[in-house]
Amino acid sequence: MSLESNQQAAFCHQNILDIEGVSFSYRDQKVITDLSFSAKERDFVGVIGSNGTGKTTLLKMIVGLLSPSQGSIRLFGQPIQKFKDWERIGYVPQKNAFNPLFPATVREVVLSGLYCNTKIFRRMNKSDHQKCADAMEVMRITDIADKRIGQLSGGQQQRVFLARALINHPDLLILDEPTVGIDVQTQADFFELIFHMHAHHHMTFLMVSHDIEMIEGYLGKEPRDRCGGIKFYVRHSHDQDCGISDLQHSLNTM
Amino acid sequence: MEILTVDFFQRALAGGILIGITAPLIGIFLVLRRLSMIGDTLAHVTIAGVALGFLINIYPIAIGLIFAIVASFAIEKLRKAYRGYAELSIAIIMSGGVALASLFFTLGMGYNTDVVSYLFGSIYTLDTTDLYVVGAVTVLVVVGIGLFFKEFFLLTFEEDAAAVSGLPVKWLNLLITVMTALVISTAIKIVGALLVSALITIPAACSLLIARSFKSSVVFSVVIAEIAVVLGLMVAGIWNLAPGATIVLLLIAMLILTLLGKRGFTA
Repeated sequence: MSLESNQQAAFCHQNILDIEGVSFSYRDQKVITDLSFSAKERDFVGVIGSNGTGKTTLLKMIVGLLSPSQGSIRLFGQPIQKFKDWERIGYVPQKNAFNPLFPATVREVVLSGLYCNTKIFRRMNKSDHQKCADAMEVMRITDIADKRIGQLSGGQQQRVFLARALINHPDLLILDEPTVGIDVQTQADFFELIFHMHAHHHMTFLMVSHDIEMIEGYLGKEPRDRCGGIKFYVRHSHDQDCGISDLQHSLNTM
Repeated sequence: MEILTVDFFQRALAGGILIGITAPLIGIFLVLRRLSMIGDTLAHVTIAGVALGFLINIYPIAIGLIFAIVASFAIEKLRKAYRGYAELSIAIIMSGGVALASLFFTLGMGYNTDVVSYLFGSIYTLDTTDLYVVGAVTVLVVVGIGLFFKEFFLLTFEEDAAAVSGLPVKWLNLLITVMTALVISTAIKIVGALLVSALITIPAACSLLIARSFKSSVVFSVVIAEIAVVLGLMVAGIWNLAPGATIVLLLIAMLILTLLGKRGFTA
């Protein structure tokens, strides 16, 4: 069934991510060797690997934070060196990527999802603030909008970062170990939410995770590709697009 | 009381008010990026430049400024080479600055009193040129931070996210670095190299305790710095105390009060 859906995907959706023969070395040590992988629109890609297999390195190359020593990466068909449409990508960092004492409110953090290369020199206007309010509404964090980010629980912080990533309605959502350090129930809720988003929204997902059970539960037992210690699990979605561009109804169906 | 109306005191007040804007403004970004000690380091390097300026007879703050900019680039480079150990880069450059400064000191024994005024600050000797320089730096820093406020916020909050959003992270880092060097090299004439990091870090330290949002923490730190500078200069002028030291001690007193007040709140 997954084979069939992948074949169907081959002609109905374009490639979002193409990695061709990518290698990366860190101080003469090969971290990634000759990796090739591609993801299509509406794929959910789970990237699994134990520590040191280079999955974080891979992610950093995909978002342009590191350059591969060999090979090429294309986003939405464009070589990454020339890629400029960063608005199309939402990014949820690892939970401990920020300083918990940082004086920033939930609203400020969510709004920062709009700050990108095309918005430099532009003030945030009414519609930007509306987008922020919508994203917070969807993630059910409106009531904590003026709380300091460091005071929130792990699950709440996760929703804040997801809201920030979703504020631009990205075509590609990248999540870096989003459930590290979060209790089991909150993790399960979080996965349910993003699996729902995958099933019903026009988005492509790339998630790095160590949670094999969760990944296998949704993406199947067999990885589609492997490279070294990194395994790629892929599931394509063909469920009807619900056609509502804001994510508001995610709320109603859950 | 009549000191408050004297020329040199009014120049001091004007210079102090300007530094009271720029130092905490840049300070909040430095503190949040774990670069609190950069003020100290750049100040020491600036002193080396000032000493060289006296030695070759060129406007000392200008040479100090060049030294500070070069040093801040070096810090930024080292920060990348030792990711996660930002303080290491600062320690290395600091020792280099102190070494250079003492080298230049000993080369020209005659001008030591002038250099000492930069170590401890000599706000009463500010001349009109100094005021223009401080004024120009203030305009640059306020405009720079005003233009890129939201980008600097994201950069400080999460550098990776800023890069993923396609922001010119390299240029923004460079801009912060240059502005830091500008602020520090002009501030040392006022509070002195030994105390400059107080004006950069303590207002930020206070505002981290009370502010909830980023915007309010920026506003709080400028307000706190201004209170300390104006009140400190008045007190120092009237009771004939060292102005730089008075300002810093006032800042520390305000920090203690904030800490106590905060404890009172949460208890």
